[in-house]
Amino acid sequence: MGRIIVITSGKGGVGKTTCSANLGMALAKLNHSVALIDADFGLRNLDLLLGLENRVVYTALEVLAGQCRLEQALVKDKRLHDLVLLPAAQNRNKDAVTPEQMKQLAYALTKKYEFVLIDCPAGIEMGFQNAIAAADEALIVTTPEISAVRDADRVVGLLEAHHIKTINLIVNRIRPAMVQANDMMSVNDVQEILAIPLIGIIPDDEQVIVATNRGEPLVLSDNFSMSGMALQNIAQRIEGKDVDFLDLDAPYDTLFSRLRRFFAR
Amino acid sequence: MISDFLERLFLGQDTTSRDNVKSRLKIVLAQDRANLSPQMMEAMRQEIVEVVSRYVEIDTEGLNFSLESDQRATALIANLPIRRIKFEPEAKPSAQFSAQESSSFSAQESSSSPSDFPGIAGSDSAPEPPANPDIDLSL
Repeated sequence: MGRIIVITSGKGGVGKTTCSANLGMALAKLNHSVALIDADFGLRNLDLLLGLENRVVYTALEVLAGQCRLEQALVKDKRLHDLVLLPAAQNRNKDAVTPEQMKQLAYALTKKYEFVLIDCPAGIEMGFQNAIAAADEALIVTTPEISAVRDADRVVGLLEAHHIKTINLIVNRIRPAMVQANDMMSVNDVQEILAIPLIGIIPDDEQVIVATNRGEPLVLSDNFSMSGMALQNIAQRIEGKDVDFLDLDAPYDTLFSRLRRFFAR
Repeated sequence: MISDFLERLFLGQDTTSRDNVKSRLKIVLAQDRANLSPQMMEAMRQEIVEVVSRYVEIDTEGLNFSLESDQRATALIANLPIRRIKFEPEAKPSAQFSAQESSSFSAQESSSSPSDFPGIAGSDSAPEPPANPDIDLSL
C-alpha cells in the first residue's frame, strides 16, 4: 500500500501546485512510483506546471462516471519513469466530486504507486474536504506572511480534527535578506507559531517562474537553483532520510550586512 | 541608504515590522484557535468578575482578560488586581466576627480603615478576649 499525502495550505498562491509538481518529480527521480492527483476541479493547474496540458484526454470525472478506465485517464510523463498525473476536470467545479469518490480514486492508485500526492485547492470548502478525504499525511505550504500563516493555522486545526496525524510544514518564498533586515518572519518564527514539524525551506526564486513558463519543473534541470535543491531535499526527507537544511544566509553575508546586523541588535 | 544606517545607529532599534507581525499573529491565532465569539468572551469576563467580586474587591480599572497560545494549546489569562479582601462573601449570610479578629485584618490591608469592616461596634479601646473555658490561664 502506498502513502497518500495531501499538499495543502488554505491560502491560495503560496506554492502548493509548484511543490506538488516538483516533489512528485523528485520522488520519481529517486526511483519511486508516483501518482499525482489534481484535486482543483474547475481551476486545474497541475497539468500546466508539469507541462502535460496537451496530453490530457480523460479526467477523474470521466473515470468516476464510468466513461473510461482509470488507466486511460492517467497521463504518463515521458521524461521520467513511473510518474503519472490524474487530471481534474476543467469545465465543472469543486462540487462535481464527493469525498467518497476521491477516496476511491486514491485507494485505487495506491495499490500500484508508492506515493500518491494530492494537490489540494485553496480554501476550506468542498474542494479541500475532497482532497483530504483519502490522505494519511499532509504537507502544509505557507509563506512567511501574516495571512498565509493565519490560514495555515486554520488548516492545521481542520486536519487535526480530521485525524490526520502526520502534518509537516514547508515554508516557501523566504527571502533571507529581508529576514536579516527584520522585515520578514524567519522560518523559525513561522515554525514556532504554527508548532508543527518543519520539513522544508524554499527560498524565493525567479527560476520558479521560468520553469513554469517552460512547463519543466525545477528539479528536472541539471543546474539546480537553491529552490531546486531545497525541493530535492524535501523529497528525501519524505523518504525518511535526515537531510540538513540549506544555509540560505550564505550569499548575503557580506561585511556590510554583518555590520548592519551588529548595529541593529 | 546611508541615512537609514545612521538612523539605526543613533536612534536605536524601534520595534521592527517583524516584531509587529509576530505579536499580531500570536494574538489573532489565540483568538482563532479558541473559537470563542466576542459575545461569549464578554459574558465569560463579566461572570468571572462577578464571582471573584464576591470574595475580594477588584480594581476594575486594571482588569486584564486575554487569550494566549503556546504550541497548539490556548489559555485564557485573567489578571484581576485586588483592592481589598472582603470580609464575608456577599452572597452568603453574614457570620459573627469578634472584634479581636477584625483588628488583625485591618493591620494587613494598606488602604482600608477599620470602619469598612462590618460587625465592628467601635475599635478605640483594646477589647478583652472572651474567656475560653478549655484553657486555664490562671497564674
